[in-house]
Amino acid sequence: MKRFGFSKLMLVLGLLFIYLPMVILVIYSFNASKLVTVWGGWSVKWYVGLLDNTQLMGAVMRSLEIALYTAVAAVALGTMAAFVLTRITRFKGRTLFGGLVTAPLVMPEVITGLSLLLLFVAMAQLVGWPQERGVATIWIAHTTFCAAYVAVVVSARLRELDLSIEEAAMDLGARPWKVFFLITIPMIAPSLAAGGMMSFALSLDDLVLASFVSGPGSTTLPMEVFSAVRLGVKPEINAVASLILLSVSLVTFLVWYFTRQAEERRRKAVQQAIEEAAAGSSPHEGVRPQQVR
Amino acid sequence: MKIRKLKRAFQRLVPEGRHLVIGVPFIWLFLFFMLPFFIVLKISFAEADVAIPPYTQIYSFVEDKIQIVLNLANYGLLGEDDLYLAAYLGSLKVAFFSTLLCLLIGYPMAYAIANARKDIQTVLLLLIMMPTWTAILIRVYAWMGILSNNGLLNSFLLWLGLIDQPLQILNTNIAVYIGVVYSYLPFMILPLYANLVKHDQSLLEAASDLGSSTFNSFWKITVPLSKNGIIAGCMLVFIPVVGEFVIPELLGGPETLMIGKVLWQEFFNNRDWPVASALAVVMLAILIVPILLFNRSQAKEMEGRA
Repeated sequence: MKRFGFSKLMLVLGLLFIYLPMVILVIYSFNASKLVTVWGGWSVKWYVGLLDNTQLMGAVMRSLEIALYTAVAAVALGTMAAFVLTRITRFKGRTLFGGLVTAPLVMPEVITGLSLLLLFVAMAQLVGWPQERGVATIWIAHTTFCAAYVAVVVSARLRELDLSIEEAAMDLGARPWKVFFLITIPMIAPSLAAGGMMSFALSLDDLVLASFVSGPGSTTLPMEVFSAVRLGVKPEINAVASLILLSVSLVTFLVWYFTRQAEERRRKAVQQAIEEAAAGSSPHEGVRPQQVR
Repeated sequence: MKIRKLKRAFQRLVPEGRHLVIGVPFIWLFLFFMLPFFIVLKISFAEADVAIPPYTQIYSFVEDKIQIVLNLANYGLLGEDDLYLAAYLGSLKVAFFSTLLCLLIGYPMAYAIANARKDIQTVLLLLIMMPTWTAILIRVYAWMGILSNNGLLNSFLLWLGLIDQPLQILNTNIAVYIGVVYSYLPFMILPLYANLVKHDQSLLEAASDLGSSTFNSFWKITVPLSKNGIIAGCMLVFIPVVGEFVIPELLGGPETLMIGKVLWQEFFNNRDWPVASALAVVMLAILIVPILLFNRSQAKEMEGRA
């Protein structure tokens, strides 16, 4: 059992390694001193100062807008892709399709960014769109790579699903679309929420893709932060960074918490239904309620 | 009656559900993910030009003749200038060693999570997953404050009396390694955990009944069984790190040569789109084998049942 202790120790150390820098960053964002390395007491002045920074606020609003559009589109696209990969096992070009869905997960961002920009430039010459790069082009770029993440999350859930429920609905005469919207979607809803949340966060964070495909006047928050960070550590940036960290953590936690609750309720309801059914049927037949995963 | 007829005609026009479900993501990914690579390939054969957009066309149509001129000078430049070769090698080196570090640190962590109690597992997973959702930019920035000459780490070491001169860590390769491992560790842990948690514990029990030591059964049973998880995790770290830009830019120094940074400079600072494209094409050629490997392991994972 020696190794078990070692792996636990590594876990604790690893988590410390992951979280300590972020905690330090948040603490230092409350530093009253203008010198970022000297502690000058607690203060919230850097946070108050942010509100007056209209350029930054504009970037924040633009980033939130893009992230929202991205989350919606990526969930739709990613769910379709996941459905195809898990349920339609045979069609022409399936291998290519699988590759196209998963490759954006690992493709270096500089390559994707450059190639998308060149596509947009070529499209502007050929079909006259997009004349100006901005929110729409960033949205397309983000949707493409976020859909891959959604596809991974959703396909994991689709694989776990009990196919018999969908089959039962089909046997009772429901059309495939109806089954999908009334049976499948509600059952995979937690993973859809998780995928949407993830896309929102990923879009909000992305610097490289946005830098390539944005145009003048459409600076996003990470681009704004990056140009400031390049010049060194600044107390205002500490405050922005802490706000982003805290809000993303909070939303992540809430989504996780609520999906877990929903899952628990569903499990209990199924359990109860099975027990009631078992109690209702004649017990001497020896039908035992099946264990539900 | 008429409405029903119309409806039937309409249904014939609209593609079947199956085709629609396959078609929409396929067309999107083809248009916005695959097609762009061909355009990059095309522009890598063009010449830089002072124009909008800043490159020449590779084909011309004059006097009923289509001429395609492939300019190989961009690739020639990559071979001639040592800078580019050094940048590719630098990227591969950083990616290789940080993948190894992530595996060494991440495997025990994933193992510990997979062996924890079920309710603790979900909390631990959330703790690992949360950082991947928060900006890499901000997490790298946090290290800038810690590693700088008058930063927290140096102040701490000075206070302990271990050193009497601040260590130069920021703007060196050490800082790049710290940043890369820090940012990509969760991407190693998650696929490893997903694999380890599915293992059948009875195999280990059987081995120990037959007298195998804990380490022996770990090495001979757990590690080989987790092969797919190891491949997925390593690829999830290795491939993006090769093209990484933010970390070498913010934490690295002049000695840090990485191809993502060079490509960025060619594109944004020198505005040489063809050379940037050629750099991207070569990078992709280097990465194509690892990417295919990753896709295969991912496809196995996604089909699951099959």
